[in-house]
Amino acid sequence: MFRNNYDNDAVTFSPQGRIFQVEYAQEAVKQGSVVVGLVNKTHAVLVGLKRNAEELSSYQKKIIEIDSHMAIAIAGLASDARVLSNFMKQQSLGSKMTYGRPIPLDRIVSQIGDRAQTNTQHYGKRPYGVGLLVAGVDEAGPHLFEFQPSGLTHEMVACAIGARSQMARTYLERNLDKFHDCSRDELINHGLRALKESLSQDKELTVDNTSVGVAGLAGEGTKGRFESFKLYEGQETVPLLEALERSEQSGTAEDETMEDS
Amino acid sequence: MNHFPEAWGRPRDDVYGAYNSSYLQTSGPKTHTSSPAVTGTSVIGVKFNGGVVLATDNLASYGSLARFTDVKRLRSFGDKAVVGFGGDVSDMQYIDRLLESIDIRENYSTHGNMLNAKNLHTYLAKVFYKRRSEFNPLWNHVLVAGFDGEGEPFLSSADLLGTTFSAPHLATGFGAHLAVPILRRVFPDEKPIEEISRDQAVAALKDCLKVLFYRDARSLDKYSIAVITKEGIDLKENEQLEGQSWAFAERIKGYGAQTN
Repeated sequence: MFRNNYDNDAVTFSPQGRIFQVEYAQEAVKQGSVVVGLVNKTHAVLVGLKRNAEELSSYQKKIIEIDSHMAIAIAGLASDARVLSNFMKQQSLGSKMTYGRPIPLDRIVSQIGDRAQTNTQHYGKRPYGVGLLVAGVDEAGPHLFEFQPSGLTHEMVACAIGARSQMARTYLERNLDKFHDCSRDELINHGLRALKESLSQDKELTVDNTSVGVAGLAGEGTKGRFESFKLYEGQETVPLLEALERSEQSGTAEDETMEDS
Repeated sequence: MNHFPEAWGRPRDDVYGAYNSSYLQTSGPKTHTSSPAVTGTSVIGVKFNGGVVLATDNLASYGSLARFTDVKRLRSFGDKAVVGFGGDVSDMQYIDRLLESIDIRENYSTHGNMLNAKNLHTYLAKVFYKRRSEFNPLWNHVLVAGFDGEGEPFLSSADLLGTTFSAPHLATGFGAHLAVPILRRVFPDEKPIEEISRDQAVAALKDCLKVLFYRDARSLDKYSIAVITKEGIDLKENEQLEGQSWAFAERIKGYGAQTN
């Protein structure tokens, strides 16, 4: 029977130039439930679909606040994500402590990228089995980054990772040009719509399984440059889900995809 | 010829006598800086409407000897902040290298340098505090000038203990005694910095430098002055104090050989 000889560790290339352990780690990301992130010129939004292991259990957290200006959304092994998020919290706190400034997003993202990369180059280590969307705001404005187990990071305008995330990505690609100038609420709405696209037939968004996180620049006349990160969960998501429903009924935004499906 | 290598390169014992090694410390505890060696004196700074001015003289003293007369004690950080150093000059050079490497690291970020004067001041205070906690202090008292995160003029001090202090006008060293009273008279507390013009601030600092040159025996009439505004840093490093008048010196009595 065929057996892959090149997947015993993360340091050995296959003759085709592939590193199977890294590819398997990327499969773990695809098993996690979907998370969506998107940015406009003032805000960065994360939206996630929470799963419960069984009917009577609680739902697994999908969005983790790192600092008052940023958060991550996770898809894949939640325990690996905890390692990464604890590291990010430390780094972020360190920046606040030594410089008195919120850590720039590209800085912290390249730090976790470097960490993940070393895991793919040392014998006896394994790659992180988690993909992240890192959303937040810094001096240069709102940002969204995608992080992969391979250590690859990209800055994105919009992104979705996790199970069935292709449907969400399709929605994001079709509506890409609407994001930049839309409002905070509209951006959340786009995020929820993208999330909804990727749901399987028998599922729907509820107050229990929906998480929404927003970071962004503070509006005019408010103190401080940044609005502090806000996580909507449970009953707080009610107005957001109602707004989603209203916009679907009135068809205000982008119903091309609705017709498709 | 003496074939013992330990004697090579040394004065010959038969000519000069045995080397007196008691000058060398051969045992005893490891010691850190417990006093500065080559020092710079006061740094003075004032906030004005739209910016900050910082000034120092160009002297580095070795004890009471005016050893180096062209030492630049104002160091700019990027195009946003200036640090004025008082105290040990070698520690200043060390901190300057730290700042240099931070500046390079910051500029690798895609959005350029985002550390402002306030961030820099926080960092320097932490460095000072760390070193003093290791009983190996960096023997400086610095003023950091520039803008804070809100774009407001920023002026603050940090010393060798990591103590921080900020005010609309500040001075370190002898200047804390001689310049601050002058600045308080010219720019009283109730006068908001919006009413202070750049020219007024520069003129006040020049007056202070002059008084410091008159009365601080570790000072010089060659000075550096930096004006930090939104447009950038205007740093002049080879200025000469104008309009000195030593007439007052005639009336000073009670020093040296003078008896009545």
